[in-house]
Amino acid sequence: MILTFVEHENGRVSKLSLETLAFCRELAGQMAAPLEAVLVGQEAQGLAEEVAAFGVSRVHLAQHPRLSNYAPVAWAACVGQAAEMLGARAVVAAGSEHGNEVMAHLAAQADAPLAVNCIAVQAGEEFLVTRLRWGGSLLEEARLTGAPKLLTVAPHSHEATPVAAPIPCTLETFIPDLNERDLAVQVIGREQASGDKLSLTDARLVIGGGRGVGSSEGFAVLEELAGLLGGVVGCSRAVTSAGWRPHSDQIGQTGARIAPDLYIACGVSGAIQHMVGAGGSKRILAINIDPQAQIVARADYAVIGDLHEVVPAISAAVRQAQRG
Amino acid sequence: MKILVCVKRIPAPGTRIVLTPDEQEIDVRLLGFDVSPHEECAVEEAVRLVEKHGGESTVLTLGPDAASEQLRYAMAQGIDNAILLETDGGDWDAQATARAIASAVANRSFDLLLFGNESADAAGYQVGVRVAHFLGLPCICGVKELSVAGGVLTARRPVGNAWEVYETPLPALVTVKEGINYPRYPSLPGKLRAKKKPIERIQPEHRPGGLQKVRLVVPMAQEKSVQILGHGPEAAPRVVELLHELRLVQR
Repeated sequence: MILTFVEHENGRVSKLSLETLAFCRELAGQMAAPLEAVLVGQEAQGLAEEVAAFGVSRVHLAQHPRLSNYAPVAWAACVGQAAEMLGARAVVAAGSEHGNEVMAHLAAQADAPLAVNCIAVQAGEEFLVTRLRWGGSLLEEARLTGAPKLLTVAPHSHEATPVAAPIPCTLETFIPDLNERDLAVQVIGREQASGDKLSLTDARLVIGGGRGVGSSEGFAVLEELAGLLGGVVGCSRAVTSAGWRPHSDQIGQTGARIAPDLYIACGVSGAIQHMVGAGGSKRILAINIDPQAQIVARADYAVIGDLHEVVPAISAAVRQAQRG
Repeated sequence: MKILVCVKRIPAPGTRIVLTPDEQEIDVRLLGFDVSPHEECAVEEAVRLVEKHGGESTVLTLGPDAASEQLRYAMAQGIDNAILLETDGGDWDAQATARAIASAVANRSFDLLLFGNESADAAGYQVGVRVAHFLGLPCICGVKELSVAGGVLTARRPVGNAWEVYETPLPALVTVKEGINYPRYPSLPGKLRAKKKPIERIQPEHRPGGLQKVRLVVPMAQEKSVQILGHGPEAAPRVVELLHELRLVQR
């Protein structure tokens, strides 16, 4: 069978885990195997129904009094023990922060290979995966050996589609065997991020600035336009390296991944790592003095010109339109 | 404190990735090289911790002789010692890399081992975790803030919209993310000193793991024909029309 490690928060299964279950249904089909899920933690009790809608025939709940705070090695022990107990042929998790970590610990414990951020799998004579390198700007096709197969699924590479007709799903609990070392590293506190500022990753409109903005003060014109339109200002890595904006504003492979309806990229060259962060944008408008800049080739719309003239002109036109 | 920081030499591909004809590597003939971004910040963190707590730091990389460039850059930023696990420059998988690093550092009693959360290129998210297991060390991943006091390390890590807080006594292994600090530029005296420092060279045993690269593929870029809305400030009205179409501005 195929075993999926399913994550949950605040009483709901995580969206990335639902996408992973959809991926695992395909894999289970290829391997002619049933699909089962393992969940960890006390609150997981009520989630079986949600998981069943995705084609899972059995849900295994790891229950233990010490499993209240996330502890990566303990979580990996639960998944590993379930996999061994059930004879899993593949163990799969979402390529989320915790998913990749739990699977890395599981793989490390067994000194087994792990393929992270897979977008496709072919389970034939050889088990072949296609996985992301360079944040998705490069793909690696690889042979994954070992048993069971260990992999994580690249976020947003699959739609979280439920099955047309839900199948019967049984719920079983098990008590994992945990020791103090498994629990040594665990979350001892949680702090919510301050909710007042609209986050880059949630914004419908993002206005990004690159090296072309020229200075920290140069961002004032972007802030002005963002203020008029209810958008959020972001930047490229060149800008954070220069110290003009904080890292929390950085859009890119090692920064934020944005998915706005429109990304207005001002004075941004379009380096690969930046496009990894901006690639989720529905539409891109590039404002650049150089018509040959790579960002122009990757954009839906472009204005060729100096952003220090163009952006204020757009703000003025927006004000006029809003006065109506 | 005795700190180890592990870095990886990666190409700087600019705006396009081009592969070698055998589809096994990125064609690096026209490219410069960097330290992977998360690890640049790991180096800076190591330098700061030694500045604050005293002790010494060591930078380690698994790579070809040319990776000495990255080691010297780290030393110019303030790292004391350097170790090169010298290879022929080919891709080593995560298991092979972790095995070699763990063997090299096993008996060196580091208090803290710093890794990047994942390398920019292969992005396997697992080398640090594997080394921690080989060495029997507690491991905290994805850290964007850390401090040490009384032999205990406290770390904060963003997950979704929240920050998770972790604590562990040293020795420990931590993987960090860019944004934990802003790496300094090496000073000129730093660069001159680094040039003269010896690099310890080790020939690691290559024990390949079970994820075997078959080939690399550059994904098809979506065919887009960009619509030029205009030149200079005169394009502003067309932009407002677009914003209106996309329901981003009221009229």
